[in-house]
Parts: sequence; C-alpha cells; structure tokens
Amino acid sequence: MNLDIFLQQLVNGASLGSMYALIAIGYTMVYGVLRLINFAHGDIMMVGAFLTFFAMQSGIPFEAALIIGIAGAAIIGILTDKIAYKPLREAPKISLLITAIGISFFLENLFTVLFGSTPKAFKAPEYLTKIFHLGNIYLPISVIIIPTVTLLILAIVLWILYKTKYGMAIRALAFDIQTVKLMGIDADKIIMIVFIIGSSLAAIGGVFYAVSYPSIDPLMGIIVGLKAFAAAVLGGIGSVGGAVVGGFILGFTEIFVVAMFPELGGYKDAFAFFFLILVLLFKPTGIMGQDLERGRF
Amino acid sequence: MLKVNDLTVNYGVIAAVRGIDLNVKAGTIVTLIGANGAGKTSTLNAIVNSVKKSGSVIFDGIDISKMATHKIVKHGLSLVPEGRKIFINLTVEENLRMGAFNNDEDFESLRNLVYEKFPRLKQKINQAGGTLSGGEQQMLAIGRALMSKPRMLMLDEPSLGLAPKIISEVFEIITELKSDIPILLVEQNAFAALKIADYGYVLENGSISLHDAAKNLLGNDEVRAKYLGG
Ligand SMILES: Nc1ncnc2c1ncn2[C@@H]1O[C@H](COP(=O)(O)OP(=O)(O)O)[C@@H](O)[C@H]1O
Ligand SMILES: [Mg+2]
Repeated sequence: MNLDIFLQQLVNGASLGSMYALIAIGYTMVYGVLRLINFAHGDIMMVGAFLTFFAMQSGIPFEAALIIGIAGAAIIGILTDKIAYKPLREAPKISLLITAIGISFFLENLFTVLFGSTPKAFKAPEYLTKIFHLGNIYLPISVIIIPTVTLLILAIVLWILYKTKYGMAIRALAFDIQTVKLMGIDADKIIMIVFIIGSSLAAIGGVFYAVSYPSIDPLMGIIVGLKAFAAAVLGGIGSVGGAVVGGFILGFTEIFVVAMFPELGGYKDAFAFFFLILVLLFKPTGIMGQDLERGRF
Repeated sequence: MLKVNDLTVNYGVIAAVRGIDLNVKAGTIVTLIGANGAGKTSTLNAIVNSVKKSGSVIFDGIDISKMATHKIVKHGLSLVPEGRKIFINLTVEENLRMGAFNNDEDFESLRNLVYEKFPRLKQKINQAGGTLSGGEQQMLAIGRALMSKPRMLMLDEPSLGLAPKIISEVFEIITELKSDIPILLVEQNAFAALKIADYGYVLENGSISLHDAAKNLLGNDEVRAKYLGG
C-alpha cells in the first residue's frame, strides 16, 4: 500500500467511523440513563434517512430536508420513549429490552409495508459528491465534510453535557435516578432530552450513510445499528467520548481490512465484532468506560 | 408545617411502616428515632413519594400525598437522603448546580451562602463528589438540598458513618438551620438527635411507640434503656 492509497483509505475510514460514531452516541446516552440497549436506535437512523429522502423528493432542498429528517427522527424517538419505554421504568430491564426489539421490528416492517423493500437511490447534492483531488488522491468532498461535521457535533454534545444544567442532569441520571428527582428535576424530561439528542444524531448519521452509499432501504438500520452498538460498547457504554473513539476505530478497521486483504472483504462485518470481543476480554468496561453501577442503587 | 396521617408503606408482604402520624411545626426540629430497620427511611421516602404508600401528607396546607417527587421538592420540601447520595461523577459545584436546578437566577448567591456555611467545600469546588470524605459529602448533601431554597428540610441519618467530631460539626449546622426552616431529622444516633431536637418520635417496627418533647424523651427510662445505652 503506497502513501496515496493509505491516505485515501484513512479519509474513507474517518468518514465511515463518523457515521458509526454519530449513531453510537445515541446508544451510549440512552444506555446511560435507562440501562437499555435501545435496539430500535438503528431504525431511528433509517427513519431519519427516509424522511430526508421523501422531503427532497417533494422538492425541498437538501439542507431543509435534513432538518425535517432530524426533527422527524427526534419525534419518533420521543414517542417510542413515551409510549413504549416510559410505562416500563420500574419493570425488569429485560422487559425493556424485549420492547425495544419489538419497536425495531415494528419500524422496519412498517417502512417495508409503506414504501417497499427495494433500495431507493439517494441523490445527494452535488457539492457533497463532487470529486476533488489532492495530488494523486481522488475523493468526494463528503468524506471531508462528514468527519468535520461529526467532530463539531461531538463538541456541541460535550458542551451540553458538561456546561449546561440539563447536561449535568443527564450525567447525574446515569448514576442515580432517585436522587435526581430529589433535586426537583423531572427525570422523564431529562430522558426525553436524551432521546432527542440521540435520535437527531442518528438521523444525521443515517443521511451521511445515504449520501455515501448512496441508497436507502427499510432494513439499512440493522447492520449499521449493530456496528454502531459495537462501537459504543468498544468505547465504553455510557461514555460519549468512548462512543466516538469506538466508532472511529471500527470505521478505520473495516476500511483497512478491506484495503489490505481484499480477499477478506466479505468478512469485514465480522471484524467489528472480533475487535469488540478482543477489547472486552481485556477491558470489560470498554476503552473509556467506567463501571456505571458504582454508586447506583 | 408538615402533617402526616396514617402513613403506611408495604414492600410486598413486608410491612415497613404501619399507619403512623407525624407533625412538624414551623420553627422546630423534630426527630424520628429508631433502630435499624424500624422504618425511618421508608417514612421519609414515602413523604416525598419515592416509594408506594398510603395515607395523607399535608405540607404547608397543601396535600402532597399524590404529588410526583420532583414537584414536592419544587414545592419546598427537600430530603437529604440516607447515605448522602452525592453525584460522585459530578464536581462539588455541579452537585450544587443540580440542587439549584429550578433556581437559575439564585444559583450564585445560594452557592456563596453554602460555601460560607461549609468553608471546606469551597476549597474543593472542582473536585469530583466521589473524592470527598464522608463528612464533606454530608455537608455537600445538606448544601445541595439548601440550593433549592426549601421551606422545610428532612435529613436521613446525617451522622451515619461519621467520626464523632464531624458529627457534632454537622449537628451544629443543623441547629443553626432551625431558625430559617423546620427540620425533620431521622437518626439512629438518638442521643445526638434528641439533644438538638424540640420534639421526638420513637419508631419501633413501623409504629410510633412513643412521642414527647425531646427533653422528656432524653429523661425517659425506656428510651434511655433502648436507645441511649442505659
Ligand atoms: N426496597 C425495599 N424492599 C423490601 N424491603 C425493604 C425495602 N426497603 C426497606 N425494606 C425493609 O423495610 C423495613 C424498614 O426499612 P427502612 O425504612 O430502611 O428502616 P430504617 O431506615 O429505619 O433502617 C426493613 O425491614 C427493611 O428490610
Ligand atoms: Mg434508614
């Protein structure tokens, strides 16, 4: 592999890792406050991509369509929490998990019934897909824009978590719900904010995915969601920084495995999980994770 | 200020609190003493609706029996929970910020008051709550509760696991608070509690076995034998 190809793959890896990272943040934040692996999260990403797609089809420009996709995903995220998860706050966690799997099947099948299972071509605006070259490297502009936007979003999320009272409450909630309520804080409202943030970022990740691949289908959330979940666990579930690190690690690994060993290309998805198992063997809480149960009662 | 009537808490088949009445008047410290497992924590948690209960709770003339926990706190009744429950992953200042969640405009003045009352906390503003000593955590827990500008304070075993010197420091602060807000103090450390309280209730197996002015309880033979070590 010469330097040009290496750099090219590096950028591709960053771009793919960004999508995993954006989706992983939602997994990790919801897990933090509810101790729930939200299996429907990958499908929320699909919903965001579909709504953006339909908005564009009706003639709305890409940027506005993206906002509609984000808002729609956020609303679906809030609704799943209010309708499906909230009644189960006191129930055993396994009930919550099974409900999440149910929501996931529901969204996948609903979109299949409504819009068919054939992939739809996603026509990204030209300024994202235009190819530019640096020396011998040829790349679509999107591979630069996607990681840049992702890091910007990460900065905003960290700012919310560490500088605003709502963010502090999200962090406090990860350790102790009862005591958060004793502060006069409406815990359900804080959980809703988590769903808004997580679902919005998933929608952005979904649209980035649609721009890069460039097609969408009702089941697109399954494998991407699973890998983003792996990224969240790899980075340390509950840690937003960890989710991003995990996302980038998976993105780079996947791209480089395919680049270096093309004959292993078909196994690229397996590598994500092989990597996950390897890290968990040595550090069960993930790269940046803390033991969340410490201090929780 | 606080009137509790026929309060009952059951955990499945376990009857933790069996229909008790309590009364806390403005300007007083009332203590609820009893052995481990008597139902003291369940009583406080039931008052703020953290556990399922039956019975009525009237706070400052308003029926809060069915109110959500966070609304009760917003209403001015604050609980410093057993074991302090500091947010160990948040800094001292962030813990106070959480206490003032519904008091944005007053945060700085309230915080300065808390630092004045607990100068030790001021030196550790940016330290994670989990790194504080037990005594400092208790002070932070009380300070955090005061950040909501409560009209009444309930404390669940503030002396738990603290050295005697720290206990007297904490109890001194509780006594100082009395002039501003009434206090319901739950304690296993009956002697220390009765010394600063105006009135006391003795909880035994979920029922009130005795209640009287604190100085009378201090002199009561049965109380002396059971809770004051003779
Ligand atoms: N969450 C719970 N589930 C079941 N039993 C409980 C629970 N909390 C307390 N208990 C039981 O209720 C009784 C009273 O406990 P508690 O209110 O904590 O007493 P205290 O604070 O006076 O030590 C005890 O027998 C205790 O074992
Ligand atoms: Mg107790």
